[in-house]
Amino acid sequence: MRFALSPDQEAFREAIADLLARACPPTTVRAAWEAPPGRLDRSVWEDLAGMGVLSVLVPEADGGLGLDETYLVPVIEACGRAALPHPVVETAMVAAPLMGADGGLVTTDLGGPNIPTAADADALLLRRGDALVRVAPAEVALEPVQTVDGARRAARLAPDADLRAAELVSDDPAVVERAIDRGALGTAAMLVGLAQAMLDQTVAYVTQRHQFGVPVGSFQAVKHHLADVALALEHTRPVVWRAAWSLAHDVPTRTRDVSAAKAMANETAARAARAALQCHGAIGYTVEADLHLFLKRTWALTRAWGDTAHHTDRVADALMPGSRSHA
Amino acid sequence: MDLIWSAEEEAFRAEARAWLEVNLAEWRAECGGAPASGDTRAGFAQHLEWERRLFEGRWAAVSWPEEHGGRGASLWEWLIFEEEYHRAGCPPRVTQNGIFLLAPSIFEFGTPEQQAGILRRMAAAEDLWCQGWSEPDAGSDLASVRSTARRVEGGWLLDGQKTWTTRGAFCTHLFGLFRSDPDSERHRGLTYLLVPLDTPGVTVRGFGRLDGDEGFAEVFFDGAFLADDAVPGGVVLGEPGQGWKVAMATTGSERGLTLRSPGRFLATAERLLALAAHTDDQTLRRRAATAWMHADAYQQQTLATVTRLAEGARPGPEASLSKLWWSELDVELHRLALDLLGPDAELEGPWSKGWQFALSGPIYAGTNEIQRNIAAERLLGLPR
Repeated sequence: MRFALSPDQEAFREAIADLLARACPPTTVRAAWEAPPGRLDRSVWEDLAGMGVLSVLVPEADGGLGLDETYLVPVIEACGRAALPHPVVETAMVAAPLMGADGGLVTTDLGGPNIPTAADADALLLRRGDALVRVAPAEVALEPVQTVDGARRAARLAPDADLRAAELVSDDPAVVERAIDRGALGTAAMLVGLAQAMLDQTVAYVTQRHQFGVPVGSFQAVKHHLADVALALEHTRPVVWRAAWSLAHDVPTRTRDVSAAKAMANETAARAARAALQCHGAIGYTVEADLHLFLKRTWALTRAWGDTAHHTDRVADALMPGSRSHA
Repeated sequence: MDLIWSAEEEAFRAEARAWLEVNLAEWRAECGGAPASGDTRAGFAQHLEWERRLFEGRWAAVSWPEEHGGRGASLWEWLIFEEEYHRAGCPPRVTQNGIFLLAPSIFEFGTPEQQAGILRRMAAAEDLWCQGWSEPDAGSDLASVRSTARRVEGGWLLDGQKTWTTRGAFCTHLFGLFRSDPDSERHRGLTYLLVPLDTPGVTVRGFGRLDGDEGFAEVFFDGAFLADDAVPGGVVLGEPGQGWKVAMATTGSERGLTLRSPGRFLATAERLLALAAHTDDQTLRRRAATAWMHADAYQQQTLATVTRLAEGARPGPEASLSKLWWSELDVELHRLALDLLGPDAELEGPWSKGWQFALSGPIYAGTNEIQRNIAAERLLGLPR
């Protein structure tokens, strides 16, 4: 038993965190709000690809790193901390194990109808009935949607989108289920990173902001909001890491563990967002402060890849198999 | 990352499980099938029989060295034992304030004579220790204790009052904080003393806790003479005047790992699931799954903490987060159980009893308001 990152895993995560601190500051996230469809800047994405992030789950024989989710999940958490706008979960967690390391920027509708960075992608991994198919964005009818988080750059498949000509990736239900679990777990890791970022920003702000002649962070009511966020994070991160282990080692409870991770990450990130906004006060209620970039991503991701009710029901069904949740 | 128990650890688990199953059944039969609460006089005597069984089986304090009655178990094995203990439905430990709160301080600050004279008798439930910290005017604000210890020839003269002393009316000894420097303030000038409760001038009065059991006591000291040799190796733990430092080492244990292993909450969560499996109420079902997730999260967080401790880290202010989590989890688990029970919730029974006990968690060992302050100031670095 050793529940901690290995020195290799730690070093990998730190290297990516350093890269993101340099290459994905809030200005990069803001730029993703502004760029026209199909014109998402890819500098940070190319850096991540160069460091192997996108091919962690690809076997070495196919040109990947041949590692597992316990390496990738902490790295995705670092991406969440930077509010990275690029679809690292969709590409590295979901598509790469199915489509290889050189699939470019891939996005998917497995996490819900709003397909992130749809017009910017090199390939789309889409549901066709119970199967997964692959198609180029230009070959399918997409309709952009206006999302609260502009960096989502989302589109939906048009009602008349025709996927009959798309290339089959897999129609094995176990493969599809694994892809969905990986997407949910990766999104849980993003949410943990977002929550940590919002906590850190808020701690810095309430330490510097003075009212009544003292830092607002010296008030007990403010302290308790932030202690609750730290408390939730301290008990959510291990659940997310454990789910990574469960997927990597194919343990029988893996789907339950992934759902526990997503349900808890949803609630923790939502709590962090609420506390962060409240403790920032009016400055947080602007689009000039960077906080809103993190709030809005959190609101999007807590509902993508299954909301709390969905994942809680999956946990309930696993724990109490004699009875079932109502549909 | 390696989340698998070794073959040795699994063997340890199997040994513990087998022993607990047999001995719990035997003890229950001796008690006529249903032991009384350990917080009543009659029940306490029954629970001492259970404690002596544990000691004879060398399960009373598994992580202690063998010379003091333990089996030198690792922290991992201790966690496994706790899991099995609670899974089997074994009773709360009436010796826990000694074993889990005092003993860590004895190991850290006690002389070899104190260790030899105190620990084994504690594990054997021959000496029964209660905690003498709180006073009528010193609860969360422990540094405001007023009970005094005046140095005299051959010992100390004790005056003052302790209260909310768990199981004080049934114990033989008290460990407590006394102001030994009359001119001192706050956390300076305190001495950590070990006091036999049969010392003349010491009076103990039991009183009812929220659930009505006589689980609390107040302890009065009226010029009681505590001889230096009243406890083997001496009555002062650490140095005179250094009581705060010794006491803080103990609060680390109380708030964090040693007192509240995840096994207890996992076992409660499993019982809750059995109760919830019969409901077709979607909301209650989701709450049950959520409560289980929170218990499981405590287990995962503990495994991560134990990994750090096993690799040499010292327990720090993260203990405040653990205390917040398990105490609020325990309330959540029991509240949901009562909601599932409906009209039966008001009947006396294990869940209503457990609910009342769970409500003490956010109060004792430093209220959760204090814990949130500690977490905000010492972990997040917010200004005092």
